[in-house]
Amino acid sequence: MSIWEYANPKKFMQTSAWALPWAIGLTVVSLVVGLVWGFFFTPDDFRQGSTVKIIYLHVPAAWIAINAWLMMLVASLIWIVRRHHVSALAAKAAAPVGLTFTLIALVTGALWGQPMWGTWWAWDPRLTSFLILTLFYLGYIALWEAIENPDTAADLTSILCLVGSVFALLSRYAVNFWSQGLHQGATLSLDKEENISNVFWLPLLVCIAGFTLMFVTLVLMRTRTEIRARRLAALLARERVA
Amino acid sequence: MPDLGRYAFAVIASYAASAVLIAGILGLSFWQRARVRRALDEVEARQQGKTDG
Repeated sequence: MSIWEYANPKKFMQTSAWALPWAIGLTVVSLVVGLVWGFFFTPDDFRQGSTVKIIYLHVPAAWIAINAWLMMLVASLIWIVRRHHVSALAAKAAAPVGLTFTLIALVTGALWGQPMWGTWWAWDPRLTSFLILTLFYLGYIALWEAIENPDTAADLTSILCLVGSVFALLSRYAVNFWSQGLHQGATLSLDKEENISNVFWLPLLVCIAGFTLMFVTLVLMRTRTEIRARRLAALLARERVA
Repeated sequence: MPDLGRYAFAVIASYAASAVLIAGILGLSFWQRARVRRALDEVEARQQGKTDG
């Protein structure tokens, strides 16, 4: 069996129909466990007080914001190289989900920043690169909507995705490139000295798993809708010709 | 409910804003899904009718 089998829309629809209920169930369980654990059963931070509870939304949302774009990059590269329509539609389906999580990261970051830094916003490297990533998401969605021919739209949005990937990676590594700015260093690190305490780290991991599963669920669902919409357009075109 | 102290607004607003945004993408996804499925079912039924009739 090859992974390219899933490039066949019929095979994708069959497999995703089987996987979706599992994905929904696992998403709900992991989100409930992670958020209830984090919100109700973790202590306040000695410096940040109860605002540390925002970490269970902010970090997973930022994680998805960056990785959604990287998933779109992989799907776009598959489209460019192998011309598989399902991969182009999966990238299109992922963009509004990625945008939503980017907005969550920005909004929760501003709400967290105000009491901690004394400002809602600063032109800090990570914040600025996230704002640019948001604009790339908006541009990507607008470009899909603006072009009538789906193959041309997939080609041009794939190129835009390649360019935007620079900012997705920059968002991830901005805190490492530049030491200036208000934003703290990486929250998730393999370095035990840098890493946050296990009291916060374990529920955070569950929340990250929950957000990742929610992203997968939404992308599967939305890709199925895009495949149906493509079939609808083909049937309507056939009607017009007949 | 844990005591959020003087940061209650920031914490509650973060959870509320996230809930609204997630509800938005869920609502949009389900609405698009229902709209496309309904339209596709109609067209398939119409074309099936033409083939049978």
